[in-house]
Amino acid sequence: MIQTIVFLPLLAAIIAGLFGRALGVRFSQLITTGAVGIAALLSWIIFTQFLSGTTPYTVTISNWITSGSLSLNWALKVDTLTAVMLVVVNSVSSLVHLYSIGYMSEDPHQQRFFSYLSLFTFAMLMLVTADNLVQMFFGWEGVGLASYLLIGFWYYKPSANAAALKAFVVNRVGDFGYSLGIFAIFLVFGSVQFSVIFANAPHMAGKSFEFLGLHVDIMTAICLLLFVGAMGKSAQLGLHTWLPDAMEGPTPVSALIHAATMVTAGVFMLARCSPLFEQAPAALDVVCVVGALTAFFAATVGTSQTDIKRVIAYSTCSQLGYMFFALGVGAYGAAIFHLFTHAFFKALLFLGAGSVIHAMHHEQDMRHYGALRKSIPITFITMLIGTIAITGVPPFAGFYSKDTILEAAFMAHSQVGYFAYGLGAIAATLTSFYSWRLMFLTFFGEARWATSKHIQHAVHDDHHGHDAHDGTAGYHPHESPWVMLIPLILLAIGAAAAGFVFHTHFVGEARAEFWRAAIHPTKHDVLNDIEGIPLFWKWLPTAGMVFGLLMALNSYIWNRAVPKQFTDTFSMMYKFFLNKWYFDELYSVLFIKPALWLGRLFWSADKNIIDGVGPDGVAALVQLTAKRSKLIQTGYVYHYAFATLIGVIALLSWAWPHAGKAIGN
Amino acid sequence: MYSFPILTTMILVPLAASLLILLFGNARMTALAGTLTNFVLAVILWMNFDNNTAAFQFTENLSIFGTAFSYHLGIDGIAMLLIVLSAFLMPLCILASWESIEKRLNEYMIAFLVMEALMIGVFSSLDIILFYVFFEAGLIPMYLIIGVWGGARRIYASFKFFLYTLLGSVLMLLAMLYMISKSGTTSIPELMEYKFAAHTQMWLWLAFFASFAVKMPMWPVHTWLPDAHVEAPTAGSVVLAGVLLKMGGYGFLRFSLPMFPQASHDLVWIIFGLSMVAVIYTSLVALVQQDMKKLIAYSSVAHMAFVTIGLFTFNQQGIQGSILQMLSHGIVSGALFLCVGVVYDRMHTREIAAYGGLVNRMPAYALVFMIFTMASVGLPGTSGFVGEFLVLLGAYHASTWVSFVAAIGVILGAAYMLWLYWRVIFGALTKDSLKTITDLSLREKVIFAPLIAVVFWMGIYPASFLKPLDKPVAKLVQQTRIGGAR
Repeated sequence: MIQTIVFLPLLAAIIAGLFGRALGVRFSQLITTGAVGIAALLSWIIFTQFLSGTTPYTVTISNWITSGSLSLNWALKVDTLTAVMLVVVNSVSSLVHLYSIGYMSEDPHQQRFFSYLSLFTFAMLMLVTADNLVQMFFGWEGVGLASYLLIGFWYYKPSANAAALKAFVVNRVGDFGYSLGIFAIFLVFGSVQFSVIFANAPHMAGKSFEFLGLHVDIMTAICLLLFVGAMGKSAQLGLHTWLPDAMEGPTPVSALIHAATMVTAGVFMLARCSPLFEQAPAALDVVCVVGALTAFFAATVGTSQTDIKRVIAYSTCSQLGYMFFALGVGAYGAAIFHLFTHAFFKALLFLGAGSVIHAMHHEQDMRHYGALRKSIPITFITMLIGTIAITGVPPFAGFYSKDTILEAAFMAHSQVGYFAYGLGAIAATLTSFYSWRLMFLTFFGEARWATSKHIQHAVHDDHHGHDAHDGTAGYHPHESPWVMLIPLILLAIGAAAAGFVFHTHFVGEARAEFWRAAIHPTKHDVLNDIEGIPLFWKWLPTAGMVFGLLMALNSYIWNRAVPKQFTDTFSMMYKFFLNKWYFDELYSVLFIKPALWLGRLFWSADKNIIDGVGPDGVAALVQLTAKRSKLIQTGYVYHYAFATLIGVIALLSWAWPHAGKAIGN
Repeated sequence: MYSFPILTTMILVPLAASLLILLFGNARMTALAGTLTNFVLAVILWMNFDNNTAAFQFTENLSIFGTAFSYHLGIDGIAMLLIVLSAFLMPLCILASWESIEKRLNEYMIAFLVMEALMIGVFSSLDIILFYVFFEAGLIPMYLIIGVWGGARRIYASFKFFLYTLLGSVLMLLAMLYMISKSGTTSIPELMEYKFAAHTQMWLWLAFFASFAVKMPMWPVHTWLPDAHVEAPTAGSVVLAGVLLKMGGYGFLRFSLPMFPQASHDLVWIIFGLSMVAVIYTSLVALVQQDMKKLIAYSSVAHMAFVTIGLFTFNQQGIQGSILQMLSHGIVSGALFLCVGVVYDRMHTREIAAYGGLVNRMPAYALVFMIFTMASVGLPGTSGFVGEFLVLLGAYHASTWVSFVAAIGVILGAAYMLWLYWRVIFGALTKDSLKTITDLSLREKVIFAPLIAVVFWMGIYPASFLKPLDKPVAKLVQQTRIGGAR
């Protein structure tokens, strides 16, 4: 069954990709959607098996790399953690496939699109079923490739190409850390197999080895290297810059790859490697701090963006930060639970945004939206559910997972835990603010469509409606087709119910039997303590959430002059947020420009110094010598005779003693 | 099969084909038939190869040259795979030159056939003089291919190529003569057993290094390669990248490591130092190239630096990884040069800026180019990954610094290759000159198909290639340990 789940999408991707043109658009849509749909159904079956306590198992497919003591297989490992990921990946992927049939219906390259989507699904499945670090790396790079291809799907847009390149290269920086982590693990454990390294991890705690000439703690170094990989894939502060730009890809891609699945790969990897991180408390603290900073940073930027997709992208970045600081305080189950619920409501928000963009003729700037709730009611209601879920209103999904994380951070009773709780609570307030801001700007107020170039084009093409002067420009947004709305409705059900239904298994009383060996905090399970959190601290984030809502109401419904006044008063801060804390500018100065400058410098060194001294220099020298030696050729016999004489004397004086010795012997 | 002199046959078949071309013309078909025959023989060679021994197989030993040296052939797994690689690439080179070569076609095909014979000679020689003859003679056809059928600056490029490689070889010849006089044998297996004194080893190692470093090429004696590639015809570049560069790595494996283990350990800092510089330096230079071929040439230097790093890790993973990296690089950069050749044949320029948006008219080409780009950046599942991964893994054992610096090269590799791809393939098709460009022809698809298949084969099931290497590399690791410091 697991083989079918993993390889069916690959098969569909190959068929749609290579033969799509011959077989037609409809065929490509059906085969890829069908394959992933079947994989999704089977995944739920496996998931329910684990809910009722199946034993984890591993299916070996074939040998992959064997060299000396290194031996690793293509193998599919299935345990509770994998089962959760299977459900997340295949459910969201199948719904995104379905949605794309509607959303991409006018695109001339749909076969390629569906092929990439299925290829992505396959790579993601390889990642979550890996039984060793290298196969995980295969999936890891595979999803990176699919992401690159899909971000750059509209290849005629230079911005899309730039974003695709950036995503791949920034991820490579993360992979650099990840691969060094793999090498270190092989050096220390003599294996890259999860079962072997996890079993031996406790023996390595507190030992040190040499890394770049320094003596460092083995487990801390390994875990930090792996975390660098996770930071790249999951867009944590410092390596996050690619994620907002990745919104250049089609919206279904953003929903699937850059919200629900691929970007959570880092969280999954850390959870999978929790037996290692348990032995590296210092590394966990770093994870916690970086996660908390990311949650806060991205939330601040999210409040200032006007592009609907970028707001959701920063929101994703911020929510990933929550998952990481949950991992950092050892609440692995809570992190995966938030990954699970987040997949539903964030995919929902993205697909909803796609539906809005669809209705608004490709306009993505929220400043040109407004009043859309009447024109596209189903999109509105489903997105409303998504917003309620993400902001953490009980009993929707986000409430269960996010509050558990914040409670765990608080009850960790560590400095980093309090730090994370503090930033997390502020971020929760900001999350509420920017999420409602998005809703209000999009669906409420008066229509501001006339200012949109996209809408003007649309209206102009229709040759009617020029008489409208009410901000609608005579444009009539239409609700999306059912093929797009059904995924929204299903995801809305998930966003509403996933937390309530599953929290006992993920983070509640049933968690020990549910997770078993897949995730087990060996030292101290912080989730044991969260019942004991003081009521004030328990409800503070919820109060922040209400406050964020009120702020948004005040700014975008009741008194619309507020945002302008605010940005005027705090223009420095606003610019700082609007420009995303100037990370792109900083990296351009620090890395990109120096790299190109050095490249040109070295290239000229090749031409001028190496060739100058080497072949060209030698050639010049030969010519020079030839010219000089020409001068010696005077033509006078006595010159030559003199030279000959000197030569003979020199030869004799050298040879005589030697010859004598030879004779003597 | 053992009694049949298959190695000699493989050397003679291309020579016979050359003779037929001289006599009867019909160069294309004869050359194709000759190289295909050799490929079939190579497959037979592989199928009859015994993976379970480090000893030389298919040996032939004739004393036709009197006492001076002997015609002694034989292969281990390392040589076998390099011979298969050569025999695999040659028919593709012939096909790639099918239409693009207009002048002196007979001579061109003969040059390629002679080169194939010499390459197989290099990889199968078990006599040091015989090796030297093949090794040096291999220069001549390549020199002619660049100098006669090359681009505008072909004379400069071919002289540079010749001077560089010859200069290195002179020192190697002196070292070889010294070794023969000292040990009294020209047999490579016997020389491997002979233990040279430590200080002698150092000088001999340096002399061989001079030759192999140029061939690899290692920084800073790499500058002949970009010029040679740019000026060479497409198939010439394929052979240069695919086979000729492998002679340097093979030399290190066959001579420097087993014969001078002590010196290899003592002087490893030279290798690591130059290779680390090469990885960063040439990757950065590749980033700013404006000529497609130059970019790929510089990327070759960076990739070959991985090979040298791996060879001198003295461990199984590092050395096996580097051999795999050699094979993969032979396939992938050969294929990338063919990709450049495809558009060069149509547009007669290699300027990156002259292209853009090719995917609009050449979707099949875009796919092929993407596959090789990904293999070049070492995406897991392609051939590029396994070698690179094993090298870095092995290097990590030897020195974390080396692994660390080399891994930075992997990031840069992605940057320059994907940027190249973007500028050539993606974007809107705006240039008028490109409006009528045509997608891959059937002949071109036939050339790329086997290359793609091998890229995935090596990536997904590298065991086929790692198994023949197991025993010889294990023996090599043993040999380097005997005299070595560890």
